[in-house]
Amino acid sequence: MKDWRYWLAEQRGTLLAFGIFIVMFTIYTSNHPAGFTANVVQTASNKGVLLAFVAMAQTLVVITAGIDLSVGMIFLLTNCLASWLVIGTGIETAFGVVAVLGTGLLCGAINGAIVIYGRLQPIVTTIATGAVYFGIALLLRPFPGGSVNEDLADALTGRLFGVVPASLVALLAVVLVVWVPFSRSVLGRAAYAAGSSEMAAYMSGVPIRRGKFAAYALAGLLAAIGGLFLTFFTYTGEAAYASGNAYTLFSIAAVVLGGVSLFGGKGSAIGAIFGALAFRTIGDLLFVFDFDPLWQPLFQGVILLIAVSLGAFALFRVRNRLEWFL
Amino acid sequence: MSETTIGGIAGRMPKFIRRADPAVLTAFACIVLLLFVGSLYSRSFLSPEYLLQQLKVASFLGVIATGMMLVILLGQIDLSVPWSVAAGAMMACAAAAYGPLGVALAIPFGILCGVAIGIVNGIGVAYLRIPSMIITLATNAVAQGLMVVYTGGFSPQDSATRAMRFLATGIAIPGVPNAVVIWALIGAAMVFVLTRTGFGRTVYGIGNRERAAYLSGIDTRRVVLIAFAVSGGLSAFGGVLLAGYASKAAQSMGDAYLLPSIAAVVLGGTSILGGRGSYLGTVAGVILITLLQSILSVMQMPEAGRQIIYGVVIVAMLLLYGRAPASR
Repeated sequence: MKDWRYWLAEQRGTLLAFGIFIVMFTIYTSNHPAGFTANVVQTASNKGVLLAFVAMAQTLVVITAGIDLSVGMIFLLTNCLASWLVIGTGIETAFGVVAVLGTGLLCGAINGAIVIYGRLQPIVTTIATGAVYFGIALLLRPFPGGSVNEDLADALTGRLFGVVPASLVALLAVVLVVWVPFSRSVLGRAAYAAGSSEMAAYMSGVPIRRGKFAAYALAGLLAAIGGLFLTFFTYTGEAAYASGNAYTLFSIAAVVLGGVSLFGGKGSAIGAIFGALAFRTIGDLLFVFDFDPLWQPLFQGVILLIAVSLGAFALFRVRNRLEWFL
Repeated sequence: MSETTIGGIAGRMPKFIRRADPAVLTAFACIVLLLFVGSLYSRSFLSPEYLLQQLKVASFLGVIATGMMLVILLGQIDLSVPWSVAAGAMMACAAAAYGPLGVALAIPFGILCGVAIGIVNGIGVAYLRIPSMIITLATNAVAQGLMVVYTGGFSPQDSATRAMRFLATGIAIPGVPNAVVIWALIGAAMVFVLTRTGFGRTVYGIGNRERAAYLSGIDTRRVVLIAFAVSGGLSAFGGVLLAGYASKAAQSMGDAYLLPSIAAVVLGGTSILGGRGSYLGTVAGVILITLLQSILSVMQMPEAGRQIIYGVVIVAMLLLYGRAPASR
């Protein structure tokens, strides 16, 4: 096979997610009353970027064949923290941003330490740590409130040169600073290898523990970046249990739509980003077609159900029935 | 060396302790510890009335955790508990609004809705081979969507039927609340199914290694489907009881039951990977969680502190005895 065919086979999930996003976004903008204008794109990207960050976080953990059900709660916790700290003079704001990101990293590292060194199951661990993070968020913000450095917030949620949404640029920057180096590093490859076959990776001397730990910790960091952006968009912090749960759920949907295998070892954060943007756009399609917003949860749930059921098509390729049972 | 020492100590203990699972023993020890701590805070904590009240509250969680245990024994998980509970409660109350026939069929209808959610889960897991964690999250979202559309985003106005209230709060046998009797009956049925029937053996078999169970000629997919249907039905029944207890259904009534039900099963020594665990452990886990919640509320801990302590305690206890074996 030629090189480009390998590349195509590897990137199929990502390209598919990109395709779905383009189709959905075209339908969305062509039916939007305002049409394809900078304003519409800015609003859409601001909403989509939040989920994209959380979905990237989920991707890192899913690649190691784990799952992080606490990403939504880390997102809430960092949102509440940012509504206290990211304010004041330039230096104070910078300190606040660093503290918020550090908190996210710490939350992710705690998850990773318990799962890897404590040898507990990721599902139970992250549900339990999610409860802890939510509790801390509630301590920080028993009632919605707080404020944020509005100059920074407006700069990051506005438009560059009047056209390009700044939040998209920020997303691109995070991809270049966090995802690209990670996926090309030894640790990143170890995370992939651990998700693909932990035993084989271990036998080959791959540093799987460090790789998985890095994946969990970076997932916390990415969720924190999402929480920071939520604060920039809303100017407040709020510990809403339902919202945290929804983000966790949607992050899984985005990851699946983005072609990341839930069994680990396959997929990329780029795919998950397009999955997230596509998922958001599909959710917003209801508004441009004037449906009752009451139907939105059901609509999103059905999309999620269909997205996860699509994976079942792989069953048709199974020759030996024993391969049903992993 | 250490093995012989343990064997020597255990050899001198009564038979029932020697045979018991260390995890179950730890759970019961923690219950005793919690009772002791609770009695330091409040004199009435050890009074029979208070303990019976705790047992009554525990029985709602007990019913839900029974279904969860069946699924966890298979090595799967059911994350659709929150909205199975809410759907069961809401649909039972909704049926009650349709005349005498609706009142009569309210409880079965509520349970049936839960079974329907469970069947979708079961088909997804058993026949489409979707990871249970994912498909149950998805059906949870769909159930939530359906309920939001049905109720218009508010808590429904229909109230629970008299039968539901009787089951949840009444007392048929003097001194024993009905809810406790129901939990005991469901528990007894579960113990019988798990230990005395082929279905129960199959559940343990699949939990250990589904391939091996399949090669032994068991229709493993049907067993998984039934287990998920039972889990959904029991969650909904728990919701029906809760609606009877509060005399109406509420939007987020099930949210508070997902983590506790999983925690109760896992703290009771059932392996989250499946194939290992006893119902006695789940009973211990349910009582443990209920007592923990009760002590936190006696201490007038705010919601935030409760969530934190709750998560920390669960992780700490799992680290004590729920760890997977080292792979090397």
